[in-house]
Amino acid sequence: MDLSLSTRTVGDRTVVEVGGEIDVYTAPKLREQLVELVNDGSYHLVVDMERVDFLDSTGLGVLVGGLKRVRAHEGSLRLVCNQERILKIFRITGLTKVFPIHTSVDEAVAATD
Amino acid sequence: MATVELRFSALPEHVRTARLVAAAVARRAGVDEAVLDEVRLAVGEACSRAVGLHVSHGIEAPVHVALIEDEKKFAIEVGDEVPGGPGSPVVGSDGVPESGDAEGEDEMGLAVISGLVDDVEVSSGENGGLIRMSWPTAAAPAVP
Repeated sequence: MDLSLSTRTVGDRTVVEVGGEIDVYTAPKLREQLVELVNDGSYHLVVDMERVDFLDSTGLGVLVGGLKRVRAHEGSLRLVCNQERILKIFRITGLTKVFPIHTSVDEAVAATD
Repeated sequence: MATVELRFSALPEHVRTARLVAAAVARRAGVDEAVLDEVRLAVGEACSRAVGLHVSHGIEAPVHVALIEDEKKFAIEVGDEVPGGPGSPVVGSDGVPESGDAEGEDEMGLAVISGLVDDVEVSSGENGGLIRMSWPTAAAPAVP
């Protein structure tokens, strides 16, 4: 399955809904999307990963890159994920300490800290 | 011992194919369903890394994957043709290691593999590098 991306605005947050597989082939598309959003002035991003089937380190690299970009504008990048197999990748790489990970888009949008 | 071998051009779009084939062979070999996600991820990481190394070193040779079904375990070998790799840093034209995104992802790839797989060996030689990983397969039913 290929990567699907869609964005919507909720208050001052931009929700990026990602579906499919984020790997070495598709990750550049996600990177482009995040770069474009930041360039357009969206600095508070919520990446909804509930429909992601596969994530590898290339995808992690893109998310870390996105986080660096929004932080340069004092923004935020929050993740929404409940899938154990995806969460495991964040855990073994220590990235659970880097990304705020939420159980729902509503919770991520409401988060302020 | 049954072996499935795969060679593919060092292009990112083929890594998914390698993942699918590896998972299919692993399932057939009796690797636990719960572990198949790990097999898929680990082989994807190893192949992504090999593709990256081939691309960054301008190597046109294909990436090589061997899926080896043994009596008690299932092994995967992913070989690149970069002399001295895996583990060899990408060196820029000025002799200084590149510190771009790619290298960070490469290190993260190895971190993911070592976090996922208990039995993993990373070796390198004149002809290239090799990542070897293995998983136990379902034990044969005990004789009553």
